[in-house]
Amino acid sequence: MNSVAQLKLKRLEPPDEEEFATPVAERESALGLPVTLNKISKRFGGRSVLNTLSLSIEASEFVAVVGRSGCGKTTLLRLITGLDPVSDGHLAIAGDEVRGLQGRVRLLFQDARLLMWQRVLNNVGISRDTGWRETAKQALQDVGLADRAQDWPAVLSGGQKQRVALARALVSRPGVLLLDEPFGALDALTRAEMHELLIRIWSAHRFTTILITHDVAEAVTLADRIIVLRDGNVALDQKVDLPRHRRSGAEAARLQNIVLGHV
Amino acid sequence: MTLNKILDKALTWLVPVAILVLWEVSARSGILAARLLPAPSSVALAFIATLRDGSLWANTLISGERALKGLAIGGILGFLLGMLNGLWPPAEKLLDSSMQMLRNVPHLAIIPLVILWFGIDEAAKIFLVTIGVLFPIYLNTYHGVRTVDRGLIEMGRVYGLKPTALLWRIILPGALPSILVGLRYALGIMWLTLIVAETISASSGLGYMTMNAREFMQTDIVLLGIIVYALLGKLADVATRWIEKRALAWHPSYQENAGAAI
Ligand SMILES: Nc1ncnc2c1ncn2[C@@H]1O[C@H](COP(=O)(O)OP(=O)(O)OP(=O)(O)O)[C@@H](O)[C@H]1O
Ligand SMILES: [Mg+2]
Repeated sequence: MNSVAQLKLKRLEPPDEEEFATPVAERESALGLPVTLNKISKRFGGRSVLNTLSLSIEASEFVAVVGRSGCGKTTLLRLITGLDPVSDGHLAIAGDEVRGLQGRVRLLFQDARLLMWQRVLNNVGISRDTGWRETAKQALQDVGLADRAQDWPAVLSGGQKQRVALARALVSRPGVLLLDEPFGALDALTRAEMHELLIRIWSAHRFTTILITHDVAEAVTLADRIIVLRDGNVALDQKVDLPRHRRSGAEAARLQNIVLGHV
Repeated sequence: MTLNKILDKALTWLVPVAILVLWEVSARSGILAARLLPAPSSVALAFIATLRDGSLWANTLISGERALKGLAIGGILGFLLGMLNGLWPPAEKLLDSSMQMLRNVPHLAIIPLVILWFGIDEAAKIFLVTIGVLFPIYLNTYHGVRTVDRGLIEMGRVYGLKPTALLWRIILPGALPSILVGLRYALGIMWLTLIVAETISASSGLGYMTMNAREFMQTDIVLLGIIVYALLGKLADVATRWIEKRALAWHPSYQENAGAAI
């Protein structure tokens, strides 16, 4: 069959309801992508940071990673992003081996990494996709910084910079979102607001999310699943089977204790 | 303006004005020989005279033209070389060590060679200025590009920026403070080079005007030439400050309420 005929055949098929409803870009980003790590190792020179680590993260899952400082959490996210190559093993996103950067993964860096020479709004809309101004404004509103859109990043506080970086990561609506301690510099109240925001956007778009945090309570509040990293490997893989809005009871405390025992 | 501010301004002008008055008085009373250092008032008269016959304006214009041409050529070359070597390691390997060696040659030392090559042609002066400004701009552009925060470039790549966007939105703005420092250096060197070049060999321009006046013992015009040079230097400085203030408005040290210690 020649290609013209194939094209015609395809056209004749009735359009999928859902396909019609959302534009292509949105539809792609609305689907979280599975991430598979198969016996990956990472060494820097002689030092082994990750050691034959295997982990399978489902599409749209919300995973929290906890572990002591220097245990390789940032390293793990950099590998998944494709910024650094694995030393050994296989790392795949949606079944495709990761080789270098890819458009469907976004990383929120541990340090905010804002462009000091661009206004806050332009930092959030860094991709400059069509209509970026509107989405960036909305995202700033979400993180509570709508009135700072035209400021230079240099005048923001540490927590505000983190929130701008969060807005920038959220507007890109990726298939996999990697968050490296995004709430470290926030007070408890703002932190709770940001948790709510993150869950709201995640529920709507369902990108696969890996969140690094030092705060075990935060991990229990947000994640479906908590991974404890220790000695370059998974020390605990704990499901959180609690409804999202009731995560402060006895069961939550029990989970926190389990996780803390493994850090 | 409050009274305090006026007083503040007045204070900065106190010493220069006092010197001028002292100078005028000593020149008039004959303590200073007019042949060696004429009174400020006769410099002012020379200013009016040369303005009237058009020679001051014409010579300033010629000098300014040479300066700007040299700056444009040298500046663009230095900038492009700096970008190239900063961004592309093979070019850096090939060119940077040669540039570092050449920069150690005082560019005024090649004046005899330049006269041999170009005579006292326009090209000689423009060439000298070009060489003079090329190195500060090159070095600072190169340094600026090399020291752009790697983390920001990484962030840009993760957020899907293409190489041209990385260049325009991250590397160039990141290198700009350093490039402007280079520009400020270059402007100083530009005038210095031009003064020397015009003093040694020229048939027009401010340097020529002062050397010519020296032959006729017109010390007032010599002084006038020096003052015009100083003013042009100041003008260049004000211009770069203006550019810096606009281009680096994002920079913490240029923001309102920033400390005055810059
Ligand atoms: N580029 C590198 N070269 C050499 N060693 C590195 C490099 N990157 C990370 N490391 C080492 O790998 C280990 C893990 O670093 P990583 O940044 O992943 O820690 P982390 O778990 O994110 O810590 P923290 O919670 O403090 O951010 C550290 O010992 C660090 O020194
Ligand atoms: Mg880290």
